[in-house]
Amino acid sequence: MGYKIIVLAKQVPDTRNVGPDAMTPEGTVNRAALPAVFNPEDLNALEQALRIKDANPGSTITMLTMGLPKATEVLREGLYRGADAGVLLTDRALGGADTLATSYTLAQGIKKIGDYDIIICGRQAIDGDTAQVGPQVAEKLGLTQITYTEEIIALEGKKITAKRHIDGGVETVQGPLPIVVTVNGSAAPCRTRNAKLVMKYKNAKPAPEIAAIENADEKAYYAARPYLTIQQWGAADIDADPAQIGKAGSPTNVKAVKNIVFTAKESKTFTASDNDIDSLMAELIQSNTIG
Amino acid sequence: MANYYTETPELKYHLNHPLMKRIVELKERDYADKDKYDYAPQNFEDAMDNYDRVLDIVGEICGEVIGPNAEGVDHDGPKCENGRVQYAPGTDQNIDATRKASLMGMAMARRFGGLNFPIVPYIMAADMVSSADAGFENLWGLQDCAETLYEFGNEDQKMRFLTRVCAGETMSMDLTEPDAGSDLQSVMLKATFDEKENCWRLNGVKRFITNGDADIHLVLARSEEGTHDGRGLSMFIYDKRQGGVDVRRIENKMGIKGSPTCELVYKNAKAELCGDRKLGLIKYVMALMNGARLGIAAQGVGISTAAYKEALAYAKDRKQFGKAIIEFPAVAEMLSVMKAKTDATRAILYETARFVDMYKILDDISKERKLTPEERAEQKKYAKLADSFTPLSKAMGSEFANQNTYDCIQVHGGSGFMKEYKCERIYRDARITSIYEGTTQLQVVAAIRYVTTGAYLAQLEEYEQQIAALGNAAEYSNLTAKLKEMSNKLRMAIDKITEAKNQELLDLMARRLVEMSAHCIMGYLLVIDAMKAPELFAKSANVYVRYAEAEVEKHITFIGKFADENVADYRQA
Repeated sequence: MGYKIIVLAKQVPDTRNVGPDAMTPEGTVNRAALPAVFNPEDLNALEQALRIKDANPGSTITMLTMGLPKATEVLREGLYRGADAGVLLTDRALGGADTLATSYTLAQGIKKIGDYDIIICGRQAIDGDTAQVGPQVAEKLGLTQITYTEEIIALEGKKITAKRHIDGGVETVQGPLPIVVTVNGSAAPCRTRNAKLVMKYKNAKPAPEIAAIENADEKAYYAARPYLTIQQWGAADIDADPAQIGKAGSPTNVKAVKNIVFTAKESKTFTASDNDIDSLMAELIQSNTIG
Repeated sequence: MANYYTETPELKYHLNHPLMKRIVELKERDYADKDKYDYAPQNFEDAMDNYDRVLDIVGEICGEVIGPNAEGVDHDGPKCENGRVQYAPGTDQNIDATRKASLMGMAMARRFGGLNFPIVPYIMAADMVSSADAGFENLWGLQDCAETLYEFGNEDQKMRFLTRVCAGETMSMDLTEPDAGSDLQSVMLKATFDEKENCWRLNGVKRFITNGDADIHLVLARSEEGTHDGRGLSMFIYDKRQGGVDVRRIENKMGIKGSPTCELVYKNAKAELCGDRKLGLIKYVMALMNGARLGIAAQGVGISTAAYKEALAYAKDRKQFGKAIIEFPAVAEMLSVMKAKTDATRAILYETARFVDMYKILDDISKERKLTPEERAEQKKYAKLADSFTPLSKAMGSEFANQNTYDCIQVHGGSGFMKEYKCERIYRDARITSIYEGTTQLQVVAAIRYVTTGAYLAQLEEYEQQIAALGNAAEYSNLTAKLKEMSNKLRMAIDKITEAKNQELLDLMARRLVEMSAHCIMGYLLVIDAMKAPELFAKSANVYVRYAEAEVEKHITFIGKFADENVADYRQA
């Protein structure tokens, strides 16, 4: 039996290799200095979706992203790995969204896509590290959620079984479909791009860009290849309440940004004796570092 | 993220060679597939963009999967259990990654599920895979066998087997036997026709078979009872799904340990004939070997690249006497020569690959329609160039890989002798390249006729003209003057040896003459590359021509002072 899967993906500045110019003097992320990449944990999420598709022929994967038109890149990257379609949510009115407005917008987008069994996304994005969007989307859609997923173990009919990361170990849980699943970075890494799919989808573009093409040959090229058209929706297309999107829908305010440098204050030396190890353990337990 | 393609800009330079326009247009039959397959190119630029993007994927898999797995695979190795091969876990991951990326049938036609790439980008992928793990190249590169099946199998066999190869099933070529190594005419594996089942049956033993537990095997066997030479041998396809072949053991090798080298026992194994009877060795295996030799040339270049990369990183990092060892001229010279040898063998590798592409594609087209007289002439010209360049490319690529890995350990000093550093694995992996698919000595046998007939000398003149036609010839006149002088000395040495009309003398001098020819060719190619892309090749051109000049001089001294009767000093029996 095939499943309808939606993967939520975000294009983020690559904060893994931060240089001295990573932040602007105003304390916001200097996007110009950091290359835009596919949010790493969303790639782990995509891999889980692809495995479901591999194991259940007839399944389809739709990628959904909200961002600037440039975010089409993550949709293409999804298509290169085996996703079937992409939807870009882009609109000036959606800009400046915090996690609440973002999850509302994504939930509206998902409602418009309509038919789905599983929504999968990364645990969190490396630009904000909030881990709020996945759970909030589930709440807005009134769906069950499994967070911190390491692996989707089984899918039987309308039941999903997953292994999730918890403090000090893992637990195996089951949930009903439809469901939202957020995936950890420690889950299986995403497969690389597929050669044939890269050649097939490399010219995929959002619908408005294709509509604007004037060259007759190019127009005919796209008309003959509908799979190259990526859906693009604005606030009106997803029937969004203007008060709940973008800046207006974002109660979060950044008060200040501080640059914090961790420094070691003191050091202690322990020998390999049982006494020293016992006292170190006692100290760590007392300070709640472990336990 | 590590990416071997973007880290090796020399590849993209060679990909963009002017002859590619003709190669791609022929390969794509004027882009006839463009509306039939969603991944077929629309035009030349589109095709080149495809190669570039796909090589980027290969580079990423090499950097993120195959390279990091190499040490573990070398350590774990494959296992033989109940007649079957179990790959090392890292090997399984490598196969899974290349399969999921659709890289198992790169040069195969689209109707079989392949990418329909020319040999040039396919060899570039082999170059990178070898650099990441030379042992894995042996498994992945066996997709070469599909080329032979494509050339000589019937349509039904192609449809049944090539689609499986493109989907990721592996192949092997079962040639060697305990008493038939370099001398394949002595193959004894017996093929008998089973009238009742209307199929062939194979019985006997094969040895040193790379990936011997493959899904699909090409097997050389004696179909003509009572014969003892190459004319009694035919080629067969054995499908593992039919059963009948067991792996008796896996060899414990010095290098490329991840690649299972198997001894196979055929017990009445069902097989089908590929092509015509009696042409197994004299036609099909020769074709198979030529393809495989180009693959080993690529393996050598890939290993050289890895050796240079490791040595360079270590020399920058290691400090002695208060500075990085790369600052000492003795170390810097080793690194410069390693890089120059790597660039030189890469230059002849892709020159050869283009020649192979040109004649093979025209050959393929000739099965669909009659070639025009111009195309026939083109086909003949490139077939000869491919045949003459393949043994040079294989011999020099593998010999330089050995020299470079030796120097790589030398740069590492005592640390290089320890298992902790990659260089000791690369050194062991390199050793086989100058032995299998025809030893260097056999490459010399294949190449010497092109020395004596003047084919290489004619090509050297062709390069001289190419250089003259480039705008900045004056800048490189000191190098071209040296090359001209080297070519003249080579010509004189050839004359001296051939005029003696003494076969034993010629056999004894063959390697020197072949090496000199290769040095001149690679020198010219590097100068051409330096003229087009000085930022990549100027240094290597200078270093290599200086090195080659001294090598040629050494051989000239030897040959010049050699008297006919001196051959007696070398007789051992």
